[in-house]
Amino acid sequence: MYIGQGIVRQDGRLKVTGGARYAAEFDVPGCLHAVLVQSTIPAGAITGYDTAQAERMPGVVAIITHQNAGALNQHKAAQQTVTHPFLQDGRIVYNGQHVAVAVADTFERAEAAASAVRVRYAPSEAVTVMDESALSRAYKPKQFQNGEKSPDVSRGDEDAAFAGAPVRVEATYETPVEHHNPMEPHATIAMWRGDTVAVWTSTQGISGVQETLASAFGLPKESVTVVCPYVGGGFGCKGNTWPPATIAALAARHVGRPVKLVVTRPQMFTSNGYRPKTIQKIRLGAGRDGRLLSIRHDGFSQMSDPMLGEFSEPVGVVTQMAYSCRNVAVTHRVVPVNQGLPTYMRAPGESSGMFALESAMDEMAHALRMDPLAFRLANYAERDEQKDKPFASKGLRECYSRAADRFGWRQRNPTPGSMRDGRILVGWGMATSTYPTNRRPCHARIVVRSDGTVLVQSGVQDLGTGTYTIMAQCAADRLGVDIARVSAQLGDSRFPQGPVSGGSATAASVLPAIEAAADALLARLAALAALDPHFAQVPPADIRLDGFDLTAPGRRVPVLQVMARAGLHTVDAEGSSAPGDAYKAHSCHSFGAQFAEIRIDPDFGTIRVSRIVSCFEVGRLLNARTGRSQLLGGIVFGIGMALQEETLVDRATGRIVNSNIADYHVPVNADVPDIEVMTVDAPDLATGALGAKGAGELPMVGVAPAIANAVFHATGRRVRKLPIRVEDVLA
Amino acid sequence: MQPFTYVRPDTLEQALHEAAEPGASVLAGGTTMVDLMRGDLAAPRRVVDIGHLPGLSEIDLSGPVLRFGALARMADAAEDAALKRDYPALAESLQLAASQQLRNAATLGGNLLQRTRCPYFRNGVSACNKRVPGSGCSALDGEDREMALFGISDACVANYPGDWGTALAAFDTAVEIRSAAASRTVPLANFHVAYGDDPARETVLEQGEIVTAITVRATPAGRGSTYAKVRDRQSYAYALVSAAVALEMDGDTVASARVSLGGVASKPWRSAEAEAVLTGATLTEAAGLRAGEAAFAGARPGRHNAFKVELGRRVVARAALTASRRA
Ligand SMILES: Cc1cc2nc3c(=O)[nH]c(=O)nc-3n(C[C@H](O)[C@H](O)[C@H](O)COP(=O)(O)OP(=O)(O)OC[C@H]3O[C@@H](n4cnc5c(N)ncnc54)[C@H](O)[C@@H]3O)c2cc1C
Repeated sequence: MYIGQGIVRQDGRLKVTGGARYAAEFDVPGCLHAVLVQSTIPAGAITGYDTAQAERMPGVVAIITHQNAGALNQHKAAQQTVTHPFLQDGRIVYNGQHVAVAVADTFERAEAAASAVRVRYAPSEAVTVMDESALSRAYKPKQFQNGEKSPDVSRGDEDAAFAGAPVRVEATYETPVEHHNPMEPHATIAMWRGDTVAVWTSTQGISGVQETLASAFGLPKESVTVVCPYVGGGFGCKGNTWPPATIAALAARHVGRPVKLVVTRPQMFTSNGYRPKTIQKIRLGAGRDGRLLSIRHDGFSQMSDPMLGEFSEPVGVVTQMAYSCRNVAVTHRVVPVNQGLPTYMRAPGESSGMFALESAMDEMAHALRMDPLAFRLANYAERDEQKDKPFASKGLRECYSRAADRFGWRQRNPTPGSMRDGRILVGWGMATSTYPTNRRPCHARIVVRSDGTVLVQSGVQDLGTGTYTIMAQCAADRLGVDIARVSAQLGDSRFPQGPVSGGSATAASVLPAIEAAADALLARLAALAALDPHFAQVPPADIRLDGFDLTAPGRRVPVLQVMARAGLHTVDAEGSSAPGDAYKAHSCHSFGAQFAEIRIDPDFGTIRVSRIVSCFEVGRLLNARTGRSQLLGGIVFGIGMALQEETLVDRATGRIVNSNIADYHVPVNADVPDIEVMTVDAPDLATGALGAKGAGELPMVGVAPAIANAVFHATGRRVRKLPIRVEDVLA
Repeated sequence: MQPFTYVRPDTLEQALHEAAEPGASVLAGGTTMVDLMRGDLAAPRRVVDIGHLPGLSEIDLSGPVLRFGALARMADAAEDAALKRDYPALAESLQLAASQQLRNAATLGGNLLQRTRCPYFRNGVSACNKRVPGSGCSALDGEDREMALFGISDACVANYPGDWGTALAAFDTAVEIRSAAASRTVPLANFHVAYGDDPARETVLEQGEIVTAITVRATPAGRGSTYAKVRDRQSYAYALVSAAVALEMDGDTVASARVSLGGVASKPWRSAEAEAVLTGATLTEAAGLRAGEAAFAGARPGRHNAFKVELGRRVVARAALTASRRA
C-alpha cells in the first residue's frame, strides 16, 4: 500500500528548482501585459476618463474602460456567485474596484500607463466599515451557503432555556477583515484563436473558470481551455473565478493578441475577496452540573454592495452540531458596506465562528469552575442533534484525551495568572476543532502507455497540498503497480472534469474517481488479454494484473506485450464517483483538539506561542508527509489569525491601508513554536472508499480560541477581539 | 511606477554631478526606493545608482571617531564582532531590523533615510500632508496605532521607523554629506527635522547631496549600551516602541546616560528627560521606570497608541537595566 506512507511529493523537486511553471510563467509568444486601474473613491459613478496621455505613452496598445470594453454576459460562476465582471458600467461601490485596464508591450509600461489614466468621479455617500453602528443595515442573506442552507436555524426554545439557566454567559466577539495573501498573486494569460480561448490562470477551480468565461463570452464550454498545473497558495481566494481572469480574456480579445494580467500585491487586497469582518453575539446557559441548557449565536458579517454577489461568513453553522444541547438558536446576517465582495478563506465560518463559540465555552467553564476540557466532555455530542443524524465517524474523544495527555493538561492550575516561569506568565488554553467533510462528483482517467508508464489524470487542482502525489499513490495501489511508473496530471480542462478545490474536498472527491478508473482500466486490460492466444479459453474475469503482468492460473504475460500484439500504444479508461447514500445518511465531519501554551512578558504584553499540541481525526491520513504538512500549515495559519492578521481600512476613503505584506503581518518562522500533531487513524467509510476526510481547513479551526483562552489563563484578561495584541494584555 | 532614466556612475564625483540634476534621486540598496517608486510615492526622472561606488562601504571602528561608510550594508555592521562587543546597541538595532535578506541588500545611509511606514502616506490615496501638502492628515482620526507621540504637528503624526537611526541618536553621531560643490557635516540631532507645517520635509538633505558616512564619537558608554525593541511579531517587524540606552557606571550609580526612543517619534528621538533622571541615580528597576516615565511625560498620544506611553516607560526601564549590567 502506498496510501498512508510518507511518499515524497511528485512536484517537490520541480518546485524547489524553479521548474514548476505557474500561470504567469508560461511563455506565450507575442504576449502583451495588462495592468488594472482601480477606483480611488468608495462610492459613486464614473463621469469620464482622460486616457489620451496614457495612450500616447511608449509601448501602450490599449486603455480599456467600461466605455470601450464591449458587453459581457453576467458571470455564472460554479460556486459562490460573483455576479459582476466590472468594466461594464460606471458604478463604483468600493475603493479599489477595477475601472480600467492598460495594455502595453511590457509590464512596466503597462504599469506606468495605468497610473497615468485619469478617472473622473461623481462621489456619493459611503459606509466603509462594519461596526456596531452599521448593524442597523443588516439583512438576511438570500443565498446562504450557496442557497443550500437556511441562515436561521433553531431547535428547542433557546429564549426560555436561557432565561431559566442558573449560569449564564453572554458576550460579543469580533474577528477582523483578513486577506488570504497567497505567495503567488492572481495571474492569467489569455490567448484567443478565433472563437476559442485558452487561459493559463492561477485558480482553485479550472472548471469554474471554464464555465465563467464560457458564460461571459457566450461560448460553448468546449471553446474554453483552462490550464493551471500549480497554484502558489489559494486559501480560498482562488476558489471563485474573479474578475481579473475575465478582464484578461476581455483585454486579449480587445487587442487581438495574448495578454497577461498579474494582479499586483496591493491590488490583491481588492481583487479576489477576503474573510469578512464578523461581529458575533453569543449567549450560553448552563446548569450547575455543567450541562449546556442553551446556546445562541447571532452572526453579522461584512458584505459588499449586493450588486457584486453575496457571501456570508457562516459562523454559526458549526454551533449547530458542536455540542449536545436541546435549545439552540443560530442566525446569520450580512451588513453591506462599500468594500469588495468577501469570500471563503480557510475554514470560512468554522475558524471565525469557533473563535467566538470556543471562547464562550471557556468563559462558561470558568463561570462554572470547571476544567475547560471536562466541560466539553460533559456536553459531548454523540450525534448531530440539528440534522438528527449519526456522525459518519467521530474520534473526538480520543483526540481530546491523546492531545491532553501529550500536552500535560492535567498539570494545569486553573487559576488565571498562576502559572509562571520566572517573570513570564504562562497560559494554557484549549479548543475543539471540527470541519465538515465535503465530497463532490469527480471524474478521472488512467492511461497505460507503451513505454511502461501510467498516467492518472483529473481536472482537479493541487494547491500545494499534495494532490499530485496522492493521485499517483491511489492509482498505483488500485492497479497494483510500482508507483515509480505512475505520474499524475491535473489542472487542465481537457482532462476529465473535477470539482473546485475548496472545502477540503479534493482528496475525498478525486480518489474514488481514480479507483473507479483503475477498475475500468483493469477490466479493459483483461478484455484485451482475453483476445491474446496466451489466455485462450480464460474468461476475462479471471485475468488479473500482477506487477506489470497480466496473469491467470498458470499464465503470465507482460501488459506491454499484450498491448503490442493488439497494436495499441495506449490503453485508457475513465471512472467517476459522487457522494453516495451513506454519505447523505450521515453527518460527515472531521474533528480535532487543540492545546496551546503561550508565554507573555508581563512588562511588554508580548505574546509568544511556545507550544501547540493537537490531535486530529481526519479519517485515513493518505500521505503521512504531505498530510502532516497540511496540519502544521493550518495551525500556523491559526496563529496568524490569533495574533497578527488584520486588514485596516481608512474610514474616510474606504481604502485598505495596509495592502502589502510588510504591514499586513502573517507569522514568520520565529513565531512558530514546537508544534506536535497527532492523528487518530479512523477510516470514515461513509465519506469515500478510502475513508479520507479533508485535512486542509480543520487544523486552523480552534487555534485562535485555544490561544485566546490561554491568554485568559495567563492574565485573567478575556480578549474577545482578534487579533490579540500587546495593548490587549499590557497590565 | 513612472518611466525614468537609470544611470550608474563610476565615481562619487560623477554621481554627485548626476544627483544634482532636477528630478534625480539616488538609489543605494533600493529596498525603500523601489517600493516608493512602485507605489508612485516617488517618481524620479533620473535614478542615480550609487550602491556599488568604491570607498563608501568601509566600517572603521579604530579611531576616536567611528566611521560607517554610507554604503556599508546593514548586515556587515550587524555582524561586525567589534561593533557587537563595543557598541552592542548599534549592532542590535541592525540585527533586530528587517530581515536577513533586506539587511544583505540595504545600506546604512539608506536606512537612516528610510521613509515613514504611515499607511495613509503609503497607500497613495488617502489625504496626507506628507504626500500631497495641504490635503490633510487621515491618521489624525484614523487608525493611529502606528503613529508618533513626539515631534508631531497637526499636519502630520507619522512615525520614523528606523532602528539604526534611533540607536545612533543615543551617541554623538554626525552625518557627512557631499555635494558637487561642497561638503558638510551635520549632527544627527539636526539631520532629521521634526514636523512643523511642512511634513513633506524629513531631513536637511538638499537635492544633489549624498550622504557619504555616518560618524560616531567613540565612548566607553558603547559597551554599556543596548537596544530594546518591542514589536508585533518575533521578527521582521518595525518597532512598536524601542529604546537605546548607553550608560557609564560608577559602581551602582549612573555616571552618564544616553537614551533615545524609536517607534514613537517623527525622527530619531533623544530623551534628555530620561537621561537627567538616570544620571546620578542608583540603577534599580524603580529608577529605570522613573526614567521611562520622564521620557514619556511629554508624549502626545492619539486614540489607539496611548498604550505606548506605559509600554515605553517599561522598555526604557528594561533597556536601562540591561545596559547597566553591561557597563
Ligand atoms: C519589508 C521591510 C521591513 C523592514 N523592516 C525594518 C525594520 O524593522 N527596521 C528598520 O530599521 N528598517 C526596516 N526596513 C527598512 C530598511 O532597513 C530600509 O529599506 C533600508 O535600510 C534602506 O536602505 P537602502 O540602501 O535599500 O536604501 P534605498 O532604498 O536605496 O534608499 C532609501 C532612500 O535614501 C536615499 N539614499 C540612500 N542612500 C543615500 C545616500 N548615501 N545619500 C543620500 N540619499 C540616499 C534614497 O534616495 C532613498 O530616498 C524594512 C524594509 C522593508 C522593505
